[in-house]
Amino acid sequence: MTIYGVALLAISFLLGQWMGSLLGDWLGIQANVGGVGFAMIFLMLGKEWLVQKKQMTSEMTGGIAFWSKMYIPVVIAMAASLNVKSAVSSGSLALVAGIIPVLASFLAFPWIMKKFNPKHHG
Amino acid sequence: MDNLIGLIEKNGLIFGFLCVGIIFLIGELLSKTIFRSKIPGSAIAIFLGLLLGYLGGLWSDGEKGIAGISLFAGIGLLGGSMFRDFTIVATALGANLELIRKAGWLGLISLLVGIVLFFIIGVLLAFAWGFRDAASLCTIGAGACTYIVGPITGAAVGASSEVIALSIAIGVVKTIAVTIFTPIAAKRIGLKSPESAMAFGGMMGTSSGVAAGLAATDPSLVPYGAVTATFYTGVGCLLCPSLFYLILNFVF
Repeated sequence: MTIYGVALLAISFLLGQWMGSLLGDWLGIQANVGGVGFAMIFLMLGKEWLVQKKQMTSEMTGGIAFWSKMYIPVVIAMAASLNVKSAVSSGSLALVAGIIPVLASFLAFPWIMKKFNPKHHG
Repeated sequence: MDNLIGLIEKNGLIFGFLCVGIIFLIGELLSKTIFRSKIPGSAIAIFLGLLLGYLGGLWSDGEKGIAGISLFAGIGLLGGSMFRDFTIVATALGANLELIRKAGWLGLISLLVGIVLFFIIGVLLAFAWGFRDAASLCTIGAGACTYIVGPITGAAVGASSEVIALSIAIGVVKTIAVTIFTPIAAKRIGLKSPESAMAFGGMMGTSSGVAAGLAATDPSLVPYGAVTATFYTGVGCLLCPSLFYLILNFVF
């Protein structure tokens, strides 16, 4: 059943977001800390468990795969509903402080990879 | 005609699916004809989305891009945080848990490096633009992290509402910059493996920007970037108004 896959995704999502907001509360900040990351880990563990029990049918996988393929369309919709106008027209500091650190990170990124990637340390 | 408009407004999300489908189609066509498939259709479609967001903002004089026009409100629902996070979580279906565990500490390091780097450069630029009080500097530095860290920090340290609005704008510019520059820079900075995507997500942080940028680069990298990027805003909200603010207060 396709809906079982969607339901597995839904419960992973809700548990992960809940954990993220609990962690945020515990740290005393009004933000969700890692909710999406926890949800992804729950989904992977749940899928693994069902695969081992031989309960993960291809229909269930399809129910999750559909939503993962909707990901880019959702990003397009998100881009179209960002406040692009005020971002572009908020003055020079908004543009400079939004762009310069991104470029600096691109420059620093290969260095971080070289320095800290576990592959280079064996 | 009024009938049709009423119908669309009542079924906004469905109309949103249709609109995004059309945008995607235009993106693919432009990719094939003008750019000879050198730039992926999805990247062009995301850029078209940003363009529509700009035009929609001009037209409706609002803050929600094209979703500010009532006819297109469904695009805002489709592109809101609920669907964004739900579909990002679904991408974990193709991810390898073992790889994520192995690259975990690389992700953690890049997370800390990213937040510190964005914050410091943000503060320096704010200083160069004439800000001298710790609260404003801290809020602008936080805005350089993400558009959520900025206002949360601003509210916590008591920055003025103009500075808070500016910090949101900086964060949105960052999201757009990451979206546009990631596919362009990907090859040159060696962004091609799951490990590098995890480090990239941690360093850049903006969930939307990382997700959109990686989607346009290589969709199979999206879950790895998203799994670390999701911690960025939280850790930023933790560090900026506390430790970083104390340091700035000490200096100024």
